[in-house]
Amino acid sequence: MTPVLSLTRVSKSFGGLAALSDVSLSVGPGERRAIIGPNGAGKTTLFSLISGEALPSGGEILLFGRDVTRLAPHRRAALGLARTYQITNLFPRLTAFANCVLAAQALRPMKLHPHRDLRRYPEVLHRAGEVLAAVGLAGKADATVQDLSHGEQRQLEIALAIAGTPRLLLLDEPTAGLSPAESTTMTTLLKGLDPSITLLVIEHDMDVAFALTDRITVLHYGKVVADGLRHEVTANPLVQEIYLGVA
Amino acid sequence: MAHVGAPWAQRLGLALLLLALLVTPPFLPPYLLTLLTQTLIYAILAMSLDLTLGYTGLASLGHAAYLGLGAYSVGILATRWGAGFWMALLVGIALATAVAAVFGLVALRATGVYFLMITLALGMVVWGLANRWVSLTRGDNGISPVPRPVLGLPWSFGRALPFYYLALVGFVLALVVLRVIVRSPFGATLIGIRESESRMRTLGYHVWLHKYLAFVISGAVGGFAGVLWAYYNGFVTPSDLDLSVSIEVLLMVALGGRGTLLGPALGAGVIVLLKNLVSVYTQRWLLILGLVYVGTIRYAPEGIAGALMQWRRWMQRARAA
Repeated sequence: MTPVLSLTRVSKSFGGLAALSDVSLSVGPGERRAIIGPNGAGKTTLFSLISGEALPSGGEILLFGRDVTRLAPHRRAALGLARTYQITNLFPRLTAFANCVLAAQALRPMKLHPHRDLRRYPEVLHRAGEVLAAVGLAGKADATVQDLSHGEQRQLEIALAIAGTPRLLLLDEPTAGLSPAESTTMTTLLKGLDPSITLLVIEHDMDVAFALTDRITVLHYGKVVADGLRHEVTANPLVQEIYLGVA
Repeated sequence: MAHVGAPWAQRLGLALLLLALLVTPPFLPPYLLTLLTQTLIYAILAMSLDLTLGYTGLASLGHAAYLGLGAYSVGILATRWGAGFWMALLVGIALATAVAAVFGLVALRATGVYFLMITLALGMVVWGLANRWVSLTRGDNGISPVPRPVLGLPWSFGRALPFYYLALVGFVLALVVLRVIVRSPFGATLIGIRESESRMRTLGYHVWLHKYLAFVISGAVGGFAGVLWAYYNGFVTPSDLDLSVSIEVLLMVALGGRGTLLGPALGAGVIVLLKNLVSVYTQRWLLILGLVYVGTIRYAPEGIAGALMQWRRWMQRARAA
């Protein structure tokens, strides 16, 4: 089967600094993969290259079998890619519902209609309500993002990402800054996502990573140092050295 | 979406305002009628800038260019070829649209303060042309007299009151068109871009295209204001597209309240009134303008409309408590 995502020797340098070097990665349909690694390992940069917000210095990126290495972000989204951000990236002065409306209409041609009131597109409004309910924020529809708690904002991030029914979802530290209780809620929410969605999750919390995913890729100084099932990776001496500092 | 305030309250306010604009003018002293006519035309310009500045978050410092393009279209066509109102209107809007379509390509390569500087430079290009292309624009002397339009109606637009109503029709038309746009799915995308461009991009929006369309529409409506402006004044000079005009319009939007359409229209009224009042006492209009700007940023960053909404929210909370 064609991999959902495939990276071949992808590199990214900022000036003289190599953030990623020769990263190769292949993710199959329906797979749930965690990307772990210490701060500065290049995890978020990797996501930016996949989403198209940054362009690689070298290498090739295939999405659903198609070369997207230099494709604009919105074109990749149209192919079925969605992402969330580690640092919450929402529409801060709009309501939770309006946030979801913008996400729900993003891949529909009607988004360019200038002549009809937005409220006359029931399918978009319905979809917005649906994803809002899916992340447990149905009661907060009219609250502006600024008035939501940090945990609720993280949930809204997920709602925006799933509104366009993506086939590949990139989650950048979905539990960043959450309390243990909120983190559990988030994990349950993510486990409940449509199993046909392929997930790529950056996660610092090992419990969350293990709960959500079956395969793990370890990045260290911009290189893939381990890649495999959970027990293979945790047994890897290099990974133990990186994480536990064992000589 | 993102409209603050109960719909009925907003609608009532709008209806009252329009009623006042419709009924009171025959009873106003001539000088006030003049100011009101100026306000309506400037309100169109300010609302057009609000589409880019307020809704999309693009601060342009060259908006007077579109006023100038519309105005010069009228001046040149009406005096040289004796063109009628509809022809001049069509050409004025078309020219402003075309120029905005070209300027947009250049300016939208940049963002933030760089976008501001490029629009400023492009605005000065048009101003320079008006000054130097003497064979077409008559340079510094300007073009006069531009006859008032004849529309085959029983009223002569040479008189102040009928012309006021013509400006009112133009204002309402621009308001309706822009209001429909900002409440449409497309309008929502502009607000989204203002709030988070990067998020819009990864959601699947071709952000540049949306900005570009907003920029061009804004220029087109600005050209419409320019057409009315030339007919109102009876002459066109390079000072119509001076940098200070761009600054004034920017201030009208900021003072009135970005992203509210009616706020900038209100801002236009305040600035026009203030400008005429101040000029009686001093030549230092720009200084006063600067003070107003600082005051707005310091005390009402969301403008008059924003302050009103805040006050309303505060009242609601007080009632709830």
